[in-house]
Amino acid sequence: MTMAEQRASDLSTTVIIVGAGPVGLAVTIDLLLRGISGVMLVDEGEGPATGSRAICWSRRTLEIMSRLGVGRTLIERGVTWQIGRVYDGGDELFRFDLQPEAGYGHPAFINLSQQVLEAVLVERLAALGHRGVAWRHRVTGLTQLADRVRLTIETPSGTQVFEAGWVVAADGAGSTVRECLGLHAAGRIFDERFLIADVRAIADSGNDRRFWFHPPLHAGHSALMHRQPEGVLRIDLQLGPGADPVEERKPERIMPRLERVLGHSRFELVWASIYVFRCVRLDRFVHGRVLFAGDSAHQVSPFGARGGNSGIQDADNLAWKLALVIAGRAVPHLLESYNVERVAAADENILHSTRATDFMSPRSGMATVLRDAVLDLARTEPFARSLINSGRLSIPTVLEGSPLNGPDVAEFPRLARPGAACPDAPLQRDGRPGWLLDQLGQGFVGLYRLPSRGLPVAVAAAAERWRRRAVPLSLLMVGGALAAVVDTEGVVASRYGNEPGSLILVRPDQHVAARFRAFDSEAIEAALERARGNDVVRQEAPCAV
Amino acid sequence: MRRLVDALNLADPDGFYGELVRVYDGLDRDAAEAVSARLILLLCNHIGDLTVLREVFARARNAKE
Repeated sequence: MTMAEQRASDLSTTVIIVGAGPVGLAVTIDLLLRGISGVMLVDEGEGPATGSRAICWSRRTLEIMSRLGVGRTLIERGVTWQIGRVYDGGDELFRFDLQPEAGYGHPAFINLSQQVLEAVLVERLAALGHRGVAWRHRVTGLTQLADRVRLTIETPSGTQVFEAGWVVAADGAGSTVRECLGLHAAGRIFDERFLIADVRAIADSGNDRRFWFHPPLHAGHSALMHRQPEGVLRIDLQLGPGADPVEERKPERIMPRLERVLGHSRFELVWASIYVFRCVRLDRFVHGRVLFAGDSAHQVSPFGARGGNSGIQDADNLAWKLALVIAGRAVPHLLESYNVERVAAADENILHSTRATDFMSPRSGMATVLRDAVLDLARTEPFARSLINSGRLSIPTVLEGSPLNGPDVAEFPRLARPGAACPDAPLQRDGRPGWLLDQLGQGFVGLYRLPSRGLPVAVAAAAERWRRRAVPLSLLMVGGALAAVVDTEGVVASRYGNEPGSLILVRPDQHVAARFRAFDSEAIEAALERARGNDVVRQEAPCAV
Repeated sequence: MRRLVDALNLADPDGFYGELVRVYDGLDRDAAEAVSARLILLLCNHIGDLTVLREVFARARNAKE
């Protein structure tokens, strides 16, 4: 095929997603579920990646995965956990519970190898009728045109040119798209080296996350252990800045080290790597028609599980906006809110990650003395336990100050303030138990607290009108015994407020956009316009539908 | 906003100072450093107010510079 033919044959391509990791796969699936066709997914790899890499997937990630249709599958295949245990030497200092409250449809965390998660997403892609990942496609050139992007891609059948309206660069820490655009992710590079290993061993320790300062048989450093499915244990050992990566990678170095830490040799090494990490991000995640998501846009240390999970949140944030823009139902400027919201999220993750790293490997002599004093005090002084930072585990970023956020009612529960990911809650729908997030779906929703006297006429009329908008807003009526959705345990009320007639405006990524104490259709419509990017840039005319 | 108390706040300055120094009796440099660090943490937690603490940090660091 000639280049011209190739170009002509791909005029139907609306988006090219570069990188078939969790982020690229999630964006692709999300776009398909939102009715976007012509989504091409390319990856430079030979096929699905091996090795373990990310393993901890947070509740928010699982909630997003449920919306994409694979949450239950992942939970069934993973190891569920919510307790972290912190040790100093041989002594357990304290435990923390990542989900102390009941009433969530998903666990705090599961451990599951990135490889398995990707395989589940690839299956989902096929089930949705997508042609799958185009492997061995390496992007080597990129040109931004007025209304599209031209990519030069090396493929098994030679160099080809592809064009699409948009490119999502989900091609990881070594992003070639980033390179093509001459962009640089800036920040702090840490010189601490870590050994990361997956070993298969007889389970003896439960599912809790375990973190050691001064582990007994790995002097002077830290150690982290996570249980994975099928008897696999993830071990993360701090080696110090002086460690030689070439030497440390040799099995004759790795095996005795792991034997010392585990206290026996009854294990099989599945996978190991030596790594350093950096806390960096791109200045902007939106460059014309190229959108960066996941590790290509930002990187953090692994302590806190903020890499993969923040990438999935990027995908969640990006897909609905891109889908609306492609469908001509939102102005392209809506994508600027992706940039603003996810850059702020990356900064939050980098801050937590940097603090955790500085606590684990203190920068100066006195910082080590202070860190060890915190550990000493934690044995007897409860306040000191809160200072111990073995990684603050990923929780969804609250998109505070987002240009899409509308009015708020300050007295309503803080948990569900504008910008927050909607907290889940148990409920009953048509007499059957269910979860709030499943009811919210993937469009704009008004979570409406039904007054006891029933549905007011004005609300019913507005609901009917909003259902027929180009970008529909559906009302989810929650109430007492008479409503379709019943707040049986009162958890919706405790997490969202229980004022009759109040409304919570929810975005298609299940984040709260605005809250209203009383039903005011004009104010709600204005907030809806704002949440789809129209209030932000009024001068820009919406595209034709 | 609370501010750092920088007027004398100790009823018995000499008595206080004597007791503070005695905390370190018989400790080598490393042990003394560890005690100092624990002392700092306990006191910071007692004060709590980060505005006050920032002023403490700045004054402690600038005293001799």
